[in-house]
Amino acid sequence: MAYTKSVPRIWRERIRKYRLLGGVCNDCGKVFYPSRRFCPRCGSGNVNKVTLPRTGKILYFTVIRNAPTEFKSFEPYILALIELDNGARILAQLTDIDLEEVYEGMPVEAVFRKYKEQGRDGVIEYGIKFRPRE
Amino acid sequence: MSINAAIVGYGVYLPVYRIKDVEIAKVWGRDVRRVPIKEKTVPGPDEDSLTMAFEASLNALRRAKIPPIEIEAVFVGSESPPYAVKPSATVIAEALGATPKLYAVDMEFACRAGTTAMGIVIGMVSSGIIKYGLAIGTDTAQGRPGDELDYTAAAGAAAYIFSNPGKDTIATVEGTYSYVTDTPDFWRREGETFPRHTFRFTGEPAYFTHIIGAAKGLMEKMGLKPSDFNHVVFHQPNVKFPLRVAKMLGFTMEQIKYGLLTGEIGNTYAAASPIGLANILDHAKPGERVLIVSFGSGSGSDAISFIVQDGIESRRHLAPYVEYYIKRKKYVNYSTYAKFRNLLKMR
Repeated sequence: MAYTKSVPRIWRERIRKYRLLGGVCNDCGKVFYPSRRFCPRCGSGNVNKVTLPRTGKILYFTVIRNAPTEFKSFEPYILALIELDNGARILAQLTDIDLEEVYEGMPVEAVFRKYKEQGRDGVIEYGIKFRPRE
Repeated sequence: MSINAAIVGYGVYLPVYRIKDVEIAKVWGRDVRRVPIKEKTVPGPDEDSLTMAFEASLNALRRAKIPPIEIEAVFVGSESPPYAVKPSATVIAEALGATPKLYAVDMEFACRAGTTAMGIVIGMVSSGIIKYGLAIGTDTAQGRPGDELDYTAAAGAAAYIFSNPGKDTIATVEGTYSYVTDTPDFWRREGETFPRHTFRFTGEPAYFTHIIGAAKGLMEKMGLKPSDFNHVVFHQPNVKFPLRVAKMLGFTMEQIKYGLLTGEIGNTYAAASPIGLANILDHAKPGERVLIVSFGSGSGSDAISFIVQDGIESRRHLAPYVEYYIKRKKYVNYSTYAKFRNLLKMR
């Protein structure tokens, strides 16, 4: 619990959670999220940071019906593996959507939303989620 | 010193959820024929004034076509910030990628803070302190359940990027005027969930006096009359007030038609007149003159006059129109609305 309520953690993670900042490998061409120092596919250190596109489609999804305490107020909600337009994959929560609407291949767009609150008097965590794209 | 500033980008955001006033009236036993507006926007459970401000700002950046790092000021006008202490401006700026060389602050003046943020950015751009500045009006307005405000208090955001006039300018700032007195028509005390208002007192000494004071003040200062403007937008707590004040000042229905959106989306508070202005820009032609007059309880009004420029034609399609957000909707019933707005007591 101490970890999930950590303020330094959300401060450290703020850029990657807020900005869809990914990486591109100059050796094998892999585009990935979040940005990191080494390519997750070929291990090359020859990677650049890149701002990822805000649109993509759902590859797979699952419905969370028994959520961790801090996400209780959002349940049931959908977690999806999303492939962005340039091929980068990101696991994210869906929002503005009813359970019966979701399907594999659904076009989605990134939005900036509230993830959770660290209690009534704690900090509020924000970041990227995805919603259906008209 | 003369004003040397122009809108180079603008954007809005409205949540997808709506509740019809008839649905609210049924819950509280009010005559469904006597509701103030048709429907209002409802923020989703993971939305607040900060997240909506980000989306509107992203749309403004799309139209401004500048890298976010060039933004040197982020001023957020809102009366519903997620924190009592801790600025929204820093989170929005960080998410946009505009930090750290930045002037940033949250501002509160009820429904008026959005246009006041615009006025300050206009001043900073004109003086040469900054090159690009972002002014935001955003609110997830609170209404006590069953109160008159429950029927109108809505959610939305509008963002404007100002810079010195250039070749792709959307609208130049022609003049500004501010009119302020201590008139306590509406307030919310520290720690209180819902605001209080003084019913009819909100009209004459507050809304009408300040809007008329600012509009007339600007027109006298600039040597302009109502017929010199092609479009006008007033703060819109309901549909009745802006129509009445337009008539009192001598504006026509034709001038007010694009700016008046309350009937469809509700009162978005600090975003209300800025969203109306955005809808005007979505439709305006180069050379047209536009007047925005806000009102914030407490009380005060800002009047700003703009001349639409050629840049509007190549920029407006770069982000969704206001109409897109108005048409994009999902209705919720009062129970879901109560859940989304945290009106249910959980412990």
